[in-house]
Amino acid sequence: MAGKTLYDKLWDDHVVHTEDDGSCLIYIDRQLLHEVTSPQAFDGLRLSGRQPWRIARNLAVADHNVPTTDRDKGIADPVSRLQVETLENNCKEYGITEFDMADIRQGIVHVIGPEQGATLPGMTIVCGDSHTSTHGASAALAFGIGTSEVEHALATQCLVQKKAKNMLIRVNGKTGPGVTAKDIVLSIIGQIGTAGGNGYTIEFGGDAIWSLSMEGRMTVCNMAIEAGARAGLIAVDDITIDYYQGRPYAPKGDDWNMAVRYWQNLRSDSYSGDLFDKVIDIDAAGIKPQVSWGTSPEMVVAVDANVPDPAQEADPVKRQSIERALQYMGLQAGQKITDIKLDKVFIGSCTNSRIEDLRAAAAVIKGRKKAASVKQVLIVPGSGLIKQQAEAEGLDKIFTAADFEWRDPGCSMCLAMNADRLEAGEHCASTSNRNFEGRQGYGGRTHLVSPAMAAAAAIAGHFVNIAEDVA
Amino acid sequence: MKAFTTLTALVAPLDRANIDTDAIIPKQFLKSIRRAGFGPYLFDEWRYLDRGEPEMDCTNRPLNKDFVLNQAKYQGAQILLTRENFGCGSSREHAPWALEDYGFRAIIAPSFADIFFNNCFKNGILPIVLPAETVDQLFKEVVDGYQLTIDLQAQTITTPSGQNIGFTVDENRRFRLMNGLDDIALSLQHADKIKTYETERAKRAPWLFKDA
Repeated sequence: MAGKTLYDKLWDDHVVHTEDDGSCLIYIDRQLLHEVTSPQAFDGLRLSGRQPWRIARNLAVADHNVPTTDRDKGIADPVSRLQVETLENNCKEYGITEFDMADIRQGIVHVIGPEQGATLPGMTIVCGDSHTSTHGASAALAFGIGTSEVEHALATQCLVQKKAKNMLIRVNGKTGPGVTAKDIVLSIIGQIGTAGGNGYTIEFGGDAIWSLSMEGRMTVCNMAIEAGARAGLIAVDDITIDYYQGRPYAPKGDDWNMAVRYWQNLRSDSYSGDLFDKVIDIDAAGIKPQVSWGTSPEMVVAVDANVPDPAQEADPVKRQSIERALQYMGLQAGQKITDIKLDKVFIGSCTNSRIEDLRAAAAVIKGRKKAASVKQVLIVPGSGLIKQQAEAEGLDKIFTAADFEWRDPGCSMCLAMNADRLEAGEHCASTSNRNFEGRQGYGGRTHLVSPAMAAAAAIAGHFVNIAEDVA
Repeated sequence: MKAFTTLTALVAPLDRANIDTDAIIPKQFLKSIRRAGFGPYLFDEWRYLDRGEPEMDCTNRPLNKDFVLNQAKYQGAQILLTRENFGCGSSREHAPWALEDYGFRAIIAPSFADIFFNNCFKNGILPIVLPAETVDQLFKEVVDGYQLTIDLQAQTITTPSGQNIGFTVDENRRFRLMNGLDDIALSLQHADKIKTYETERAKRAPWLFKDA
């Protein structure tokens, strides 16, 4: 049957111009800016004497470098401070709205966009950050770009793009106990690999996806990039529309009604698979709580499994990768995942720092304390408003009673550009998105997990099969 | 941006798959607000034995002698030969900036991560995709002084034995790279089309145009 995928619809709606070779000038509805990937873009504008095309379509926030404690003292590291100040100065110079560190709305760029309704269904959204894919949870075409493209989007409100191919990942059925959106997406990456989505836009569908909350959908789309896809998508339904109603930047009155009518069409015309270049089916009931053991997000297994043995791998390039990863991670082939001891735990990042994530972590603690062997547990909410909400629900009291540290919002230990980091050799249960070498600190060893798993590991001091022991 | 036409240069083989942009340029160096000067920190955690910090003078840092770029025979290499999914992870353009600042003008691999691939073209670096078997063959051939000639116009690589290997690059990207053209200036040639689009779209989605 003829028809369009959700990606086809979003793409077609934003084409400004098509070149002979098929590359297109695509209109950008929203650009999000942060301090790390924007300074050189603003410099470029100044050098060429260009002005932003549509200033109000940009929204800025500092998140990567900001401290998560003692905000009133400012930023201690002078290099970080200069970068944050540079963003402030650039925003002032060009009249771009910025949520600064003192603003309750400040937070991780991919958390505050949907929270404010600054990113909406049907939009094209870009940011100089690969986790821009997060916003695809709202049926927006959202992808990460480099700094040259940040400057291009500032100057033209457009980008030159070639259309990607369509992939559908259907997660059918219902997930079991202890299995969250994070486990679904880690399991997908484990199956298709970190290059599995290269050249594709992935639409996630199936009952297990459509029954997720917006927070869970954002977790899934956030990690589309870890599967190699620049953009992930999930169709609009009532959950999407309910989420946006009343958000500060969302349309109001007649505009709201008109927007809702438009948004309701933001789904693929068929999910039988015929419209897609590639379809992958996954049985939700087969997914268990996941833990990454290596230095790539595809190096992930179920919590009740063992660390893999490179001798069992036939492909020499993969075998070498496994050997290298085991050496870096200080793990033995065949070791039980539940025997891995943790030094630190990090609950936060654009993957898992929303209110639902904090509730899930708090629910696991149930009045217990962190294990004595765990040196530090950081809880870093995704935004000032999430922090406020969590405190209104008393979650902060549950965390601090467990000897977890309750911090201010930012990217924090996901990539350790601020003071929050691992020391060499430390194992960390982390709700973030990347377990690359050195990502959370020089020599640090990251295990990617869900918030419930991270909290359970903090209490036990090692990974726990939360499907059995907690549920 | 430097134009890329032809290049005859030494090849450095980096035999790893899935090299991520955190490895290409670790995050502490991303605090710089400049575009230049990342070359000394390229592959910092693999290249040096100590822990790199921004603005560090690298001339006396202890080198990891086993790392390929530290070997005498690969000094001056401008072509990087590597494995699949090169440049995965973060969108940081600091990765191609660091590669370019170090001196690399071309990267050959069986596949690249999409964002990194795109960023290369904005910085005068040519990423070339070749079949895994051909990449394997090149890895086997690389010896002291092994040079390749890359001709972007003809879309060919010539090996020292005279073998010609073809590759393809999108016409639009090839044109821009060969001429070192500024993307923004080219896009702004369509300014009228952008304005027309905005007018049309504002009728369909007025809520997106209530701000300006």
